[in-house]
Amino acid sequence: MAISKEKILEDLKQKFSSEILDITAQFGDDIILIKKEALLDIANFLMEDPYSFTMLLDLTCVDYLGEQQRFEMVYQFFSLSHKLRLRFKARLQENDCRIASLTSIFKNANWLEREAYDMFGVHFTGHPYLRRLFMYDGFEGHPLRKDYPLRKQQPKIQLRK
Amino acid sequence: MKYRIQEEAREGTMLINMGPSHPAMHGTTRVMLELDGEKIVNCELEMGYLHRGFEKICENKTYFNMLIYTDRMNYVSPLINNTGYVMTLEKMLGIDVPERAQYIRVILNEFSRVCDHLTALAAMCMECGAFTVFLYMMKAREYIWDLMEQTTGARMTTSFIRIGGVRSDFPADWKETTRIAVEETRKVLKDCHGLMSKNKIFLNRTRDVAIVTQEMAINYGWTGPCLRSTGVNYDVRKAFPYLVYDQVDFEIPLGKRGDNFDRYMVRMQEMEQSLRIVEQCMTKIPEPSSPLQSRPDGVEPADAIKASRMKRPDGAIKLSPNLEGTEKEKYPGILAGKKNIVPPKEDTYTNIEGLISHFKFFMRGHGIRPPKGEVYFAVEGGSGELGFYIISDGTDKPYRLHLRAPCLHIVAALEELVLGNYVADVIPTFGSMNMIGGELDR
Repeated sequence: MAISKEKILEDLKQKFSSEILDITAQFGDDIILIKKEALLDIANFLMEDPYSFTMLLDLTCVDYLGEQQRFEMVYQFFSLSHKLRLRFKARLQENDCRIASLTSIFKNANWLEREAYDMFGVHFTGHPYLRRLFMYDGFEGHPLRKDYPLRKQQPKIQLRK
Repeated sequence: MKYRIQEEAREGTMLINMGPSHPAMHGTTRVMLELDGEKIVNCELEMGYLHRGFEKICENKTYFNMLIYTDRMNYVSPLINNTGYVMTLEKMLGIDVPERAQYIRVILNEFSRVCDHLTALAAMCMECGAFTVFLYMMKAREYIWDLMEQTTGARMTTSFIRIGGVRSDFPADWKETTRIAVEETRKVLKDCHGLMSKNKIFLNRTRDVAIVTQEMAINYGWTGPCLRSTGVNYDVRKAFPYLVYDQVDFEIPLGKRGDNFDRYMVRMQEMEQSLRIVEQCMTKIPEPSSPLQSRPDGVEPADAIKASRMKRPDGAIKLSPNLEGTEKEKYPGILAGKKNIVPPKEDTYTNIEGLISHFKFFMRGHGIRPPKGEVYFAVEGGSGELGFYIISDGTDKPYRLHLRAPCLHIVAALEELVLGNYVADVIPTFGSMNMIGGELDR
């Protein structure tokens, strides 16, 4: 069933009027800023027909150092039947950087969230196995945070027995 | 911290390590298996062995500097990576690329795709014991790399696709080289079809092994040939046409069962389609705006530089002292705009305006500065949708750059796919996924 982008955005606005903070478009991409509590509900809502955003294309995080809501989670959802991408963003406080995990809906969220945890230190509540993806155990800090120096040396770790 | 597989280990099973230094793990991944006899009951992957901090480096480099890092992502098809990155920036800057440059890009992209598939299948077949196929496919890749080498000057780290176009035009005899490359690749594909597609040993190891359903593939975010092997018709080239893909005629091969053999077969058929695109582009490509030979009537570059100390030089330079490979009169056909491209070296060496524009391009805080905002753009890479997500804060460095690596999503499914299969099935399954370490670990 064909459904236009405008209609999807309108439906979203109606259903989640208090959770959606802002809808903008930049360079032809639609960006929807949401409250972090609403993430799971919105993802579940979009999964259903007729929207069928069944694919989590990408998940990443951005560090805005110095702002009160320091971290911004970025989710790219994709609908195969409409050939449409939508970008959702949610801001997190620095002292409470946790957001609901999408692992119950999308399986690839498992690794993507592990990457975000590794690189930014964002915690995902409900993630079954939140472990660093690229870095090793004993790595100190989160390398993609803006306050992590470019050439920082890590302490030597003990040889595993 | 204990690994998940250690914590979940059952009584009477064996934990075994495969990799990171294992010939079938392509060098950089560690697969931990829990075995009951020869059956896999649990599996965990560990990676990061090739992690170079691509995204962190990018935040500290200018947009032009970063181009060379994109080569090192998927090192089997660097030209597609170049294209993806450059087109993301072009989307931000709003640059229209000349038509000839678009065709050059498509030809090189499709050849890169063929190289990517050839390498993936060659490794997969070799790991299943077919060494002849490996050598045949490497042979075909050499013919393609002849053209790449003549055009870009490099075999792997090309950095050839530039913002606004391409670095230089094809060499004078490129049509002949291309024709030979297409012909030889076709021959090899025919031979490999004969050797593998009905080969009983190969079929036993790949048919109905590690079956992926459509729902599972979509849920894992699979794209590219692996997704199409399950029968889902999604190709970035068709869904969001870029460059001149909407002007050429090609099909999207689809699989039915989503097993290892389908992933092999879709790649085989896709190569044929890519060669078709190349052939069509060869006939459709517009003629260059100026002939591509050197100037026998011009002055020697050293003389031109010497003469420029006295007065502004006039007349052409015989052999351009151009380290970039671009020449002034070739610009209209292959590079757009003046602001966002490296100024020609003839100007830099011989007149003051050229020198100023050179420094303006390379100085910190100048150069390419996209407007504030964020953008996502994807091209069809060798193994799926290759997306770049760039946030610009208006300076010459990106605030954040994220690469959507297709293989991360595909390899993430391996843990689930091999469950219940035998140890030997890990090898063709992993091979059919086309794991590229540079892209996976970034």
